[in-house]
Amino acid sequence: MIRARAMAVALLVSLIGAGSAIAGDGSGAGRTPRPNPPKAQGEACVRDTDVMRRNHMTLLMHQRDDTVHRGVRTKNPGTKDLSLSGCIGCHAAPGADGRPVSYADPGHFCRACHSYAAVSIDCFECHASRPAPAKTASGSDGTMPDLARDMAKDLSAYLDQGRDQTREDGR
Amino acid sequence: MAKLAFQTLDDHSTPFWALIAFHVALVAAGLGAALYMEENGHIVTGMNNQVVWGLPHVFAVFLIVAASGALNVASVSSVFNRLAYKPYARLSGLLAIALLIGGLAVLVLDLGRPDRLLVAMTTYNFKSIFAWNIYLYSGFVVIVAAYLFSMMDRQAAKSAAFGKAMGWLAFGWRLALTTGTGSIFGFLIAREAYDAAILAPLFIAASFLYGLAFTVLVLLTMSRETRDELMPEEMLGKFRGLLAIFALAVLYFTAVQHVTKLYSAAHQGVELFLLRDGGVFPLVFWLGQIGIGTVLPLALLAFAPRGTKGRLAIELASALFLIGGLAQLYVIIIGGQAFPLALFPGMEVSSPALDGEVGRYVPALPELLLGASGVSMAMLIVALALRLMPFLPKAPAGEVSANAATAQGLGASDPMPSGRTL
Amino acid sequence: MSDARDSRSDLAADRRALLRGAGGLLAVLLAPGVTLYALGGTEAAARAPGEAVSPKVRWGLLIDVNACPAECDACVAACRTENGWADTGHSATDPHWIRKVSVRDPASGAAREVPVMCQHCASAPCVDVCPTGASFRRADGIVLVDRHICIGCRYCIMACPYKARTLVHEPVHDQTADAPRGKGTVEGCTLCAPRIDAGRLPACVEACAAKGAAMLFGDLNDPNSAIAKAVAARAPARIRADLRLDPGVGYRGL
Repeated sequence: MIRARAMAVALLVSLIGAGSAIAGDGSGAGRTPRPNPPKAQGEACVRDTDVMRRNHMTLLMHQRDDTVHRGVRTKNPGTKDLSLSGCIGCHAAPGADGRPVSYADPGHFCRACHSYAAVSIDCFECHASRPAPAKTASGSDGTMPDLARDMAKDLSAYLDQGRDQTREDGR
Repeated sequence: MAKLAFQTLDDHSTPFWALIAFHVALVAAGLGAALYMEENGHIVTGMNNQVVWGLPHVFAVFLIVAASGALNVASVSSVFNRLAYKPYARLSGLLAIALLIGGLAVLVLDLGRPDRLLVAMTTYNFKSIFAWNIYLYSGFVVIVAAYLFSMMDRQAAKSAAFGKAMGWLAFGWRLALTTGTGSIFGFLIAREAYDAAILAPLFIAASFLYGLAFTVLVLLTMSRETRDELMPEEMLGKFRGLLAIFALAVLYFTAVQHVTKLYSAAHQGVELFLLRDGGVFPLVFWLGQIGIGTVLPLALLAFAPRGTKGRLAIELASALFLIGGLAQLYVIIIGGQAFPLALFPGMEVSSPALDGEVGRYVPALPELLLGASGVSMAMLIVALALRLMPFLPKAPAGEVSANAATAQGLGASDPMPSGRTL
Repeated sequence: MSDARDSRSDLAADRRALLRGAGGLLAVLLAPGVTLYALGGTEAAARAPGEAVSPKVRWGLLIDVNACPAECDACVAACRTENGWADTGHSATDPHWIRKVSVRDPASGAAREVPVMCQHCASAPCVDVCPTGASFRRADGIVLVDRHICIGCRYCIMACPYKARTLVHEPVHDQTADAPRGKGTVEGCTLCAPRIDAGRLPACVEACAAKGAAMLFGDLNDPNSAIAKAVAARAPARIRADLRLDPGVGYRGL
């Protein structure tokens, strides 16, 4: 009886030992490298790092309902503090071609930890996992319609062209 | 009254194993098809933005309606006190649960996001009949399981009141379930083929027919397997009569549905489409539902020989009724969607989104596999349950011998020859 | 001669300066998202940050079909760019948040083009039938799909009389930031809710303002808004008015 129990304990201890040996000692020597998410671009996240590490999923789940159902998109106008695209923008990591990588790439910010923790997420079925490429030169500052600004620019260019033409032929 | 006896299915013949193997293969194919559809999106199916519900829904609704009808034999025995049906009550309950699970599986696997099943089970909009149906379907499984318990558990079976209460509850719930399923279409204002209160009673009548047809087919197959006369001549006669009545009831409701709609100028367009001009739909309606699915099996039932010799005809008629049921649901579900939405009634319309055009729907193989796998799933559940627990009736010694004697042409003058047990 | 030319060129220069100034003034007036058609509207008054939408507001559209030329596709193109959907060549499964329907009266031969999108009904059948409540009506009248809880059952597509909703049939990549969309969920016109929440106009209305000004957007509940005044002056027609769904989109010239 005692021998059986001792053997069971010894077996358990050796299993645990073997398990931690396989898992690695934290220096990345095991099968799955520890997550090393790329550094974000902004100054600070919306919350502290340790808060975000534990609670980002709760923040996301609550905020998405607030945004979709109650239309609350930002606390500070002009920023994207409550939008997932804001997170994506700051946490974008460049790839080999200079463009930010998408979730398919293991170097993606979210992928680094989620692959390690083996927690699959479906955010990027619908949300873009990297910021869109920059808009045209005229850009959009959100206060004036692109078309109207382009119209004004075209009008201005046309008038300038007329002035130059006048100088040339004197009429 | 002879004591009821039940048996499990212990021995399996080679053809039965072959049947099981076939069902297993079909379920595997169906699951593979569902995975394929989920990975690649619905673009790999024949469904599109006009015909959003295709073959999987036809099979799913068919199985769910048949499930509620399969409970009828049990209900008739406890609610309506027809004791002749009592031997079949357990199998009836089992079949009801199995068919419902098969239908639900197909429905869930055809969702655009089947991974969100948990969301569907926890987040509800109670104005939606779909949300009510989720409760009705899952509640049905629980209630019928409790009903079976009241019949099969030795302690519970002693209480006649408990059995009666469960029988009434199951019967009421089953009517609510079928009404809910018919109302999925009946509540829709957008499509001209739907938006009709008669769809609920039509589905109830159809459930009686499909459920009984499934029950008869399973019983007669099991009779071959157990080499037992599970359905004596008297029961065969009863079931034959019931099948005929239910088929006529479905025909009646179908006729009322179409004639009423034909009468109104607004609905003539969709009715002529379904009954005359719609290409595949009139074909499936007249040839499939009416011809193969109603007239032919009714003729079989009417002219089949009396007694146990008419067994084959009744089996064939049941199978034909089921094919007719699939045809009926194809016309209702797919035909109803194919007819274009009338945003501007009376006008000719066209657009890049195919406004005004009849919806083109060609079923793709994954859809057929998924839909058919629902039937196989139900049959496998039945086969497993029959082996594990005593669902099949076993006629008591005297009666079996009497029937065997009749089959051999001997008179009923010697009702208790030797009391030999089979 | 040179004097006349100088004075004429001076005059011309003055004229150009005036035009440029007027163009600048016009451009300023056109910001922030106020069109000529909607001068005096209240859509520029955005909500306070963090404030939820309120039923005091009901967003609506008024579309003048007579001012909508057959060959113009500006609203559709703008919606595509803004929300990131496109034709793939398979009309049966492609999305169509907005489309132009060619309507012809067989009796008279009269034909016109009608831009049709989600009608944002007050009694939306799609909202009634959604089993999870993913199809919902926001407090300010916009009917949306919450794609976080949409299970892709397509019941709302069965229920909508306007063919406004479509299923995403294929995997989607590189979505626009304001319009997340993915395979297996249902989608439709959002009335550009992110733009409205930021105090701008829907993309189709903006594009139309530049081309022909056939679309008017605003708060139907605000008696001072251009759209409310237009609706009060003469009731607009609704598509399938017989269904009594109280759509937020009205038409002139149907």
